[in-house]
Amino acid sequence: MEQRKEEKNKYSIIIPTYNERLNIALIVYLIFKHLRDVEFEIIVVDDGSPDGTQEVVKQLQQVYGEDHILLRPRPKKLGLGTAYIHGLKHASGNFVVIMDADLSHHPKYLPSFIKKQLETGASIVTGTRYVQGGGVHGWNLMRKLTSRGANVLAQTLLWPGVSDLTGSFRLYKKSVLEDIISSVVSKGYVFQMEMIVRASRKGYHIEEVPITFVDRVFGSSKLGGSEIVEYLKGLVYLLVTT
Amino acid sequence: MILLNMIRTEQCFSHLITCTMKHVVKILSILVTISAIWVGLLQTSIVPRSHTWLLPIYFVVSLGCYGLLMVGVGLMQFPTCPQEALLLQQDIMEAKEFLKQKGVDVSSD
Repeated sequence: MEQRKEEKNKYSIIIPTYNERLNIALIVYLIFKHLRDVEFEIIVVDDGSPDGTQEVVKQLQQVYGEDHILLRPRPKKLGLGTAYIHGLKHASGNFVVIMDADLSHHPKYLPSFIKKQLETGASIVTGTRYVQGGGVHGWNLMRKLTSRGANVLAQTLLWPGVSDLTGSFRLYKKSVLEDIISSVVSKGYVFQMEMIVRASRKGYHIEEVPITFVDRVFGSSKLGGSEIVEYLKGLVYLLVTT
Repeated sequence: MILLNMIRTEQCFSHLITCTMKHVVKILSILVTISAIWVGLLQTSIVPRSHTWLLPIYFVVSLGCYGLLMVGVGLMQFPTCPQEALLLQQDIMEAKEFLKQKGVDVSSD
């Protein structure tokens, strides 16, 4: 319904960063390359990176314009959830995209998110790695096993209606993101899962598009015992609160 | 097949219960319903009792098999995309080239 109105849609892309001076430049270039004929802004929420991420963002503002790239830093590392809330405060679009800065989410998929939303009128479009056309690169057998196990467990217990619960490449209607983010308390992997489960319970229309996920930092994808415990705790938490 | 039917009943059931119900309550009510049917079977002895006594074990075992099967199938069909890593490398080279020309600092470290 909203799309039929005369006013154009605007997409605010919120990217939380910490020590991503190279990646943020690459991702900005790729966003501008792949998002044509669409009104958008990139909001970089940098948590006081010591590596000069903010200087690079300022250089990018010189190239692409300060109205397209907004730098909204915070003094120190304050967590992912609050980074989105912080970015959301400065977002002027009626849609918000959240994605990781480490290039595991490729901006070339942004048009398919937007297209899917326009076609279906969905409140949320979430990227999924586990359907035809999607995929993961850079995971060893152990990582794949944990991921599948975690997914089957969550699907069986929570019936969330989406195939990729912990993915964090998503497009939200701004009002919907504002509505659900305030009630989310989890951190890390569980944060993304809690967002989508709460949205699903509230009856929001959720659609999926296939994305590929290239894990370039091999160390980052290690899932230790403590992460698994956190995940299970999150699962129980979602069972009793949603 | 029984399991598929069960999932279907679960889904119908979840539509009947109000949305405000916490999820753990839904799952518990399904378990309670199943137990009630089991007790009913025990009482009425439609099926020989010796069989009915074993049903909970079958249930747990089939649940475990379902889980293992889903993980196994998921693992075998795990979608990978090695070509994407190559494409990304090309994109990175292209982006670095462009940004360097524009005076953006893209040196690593």
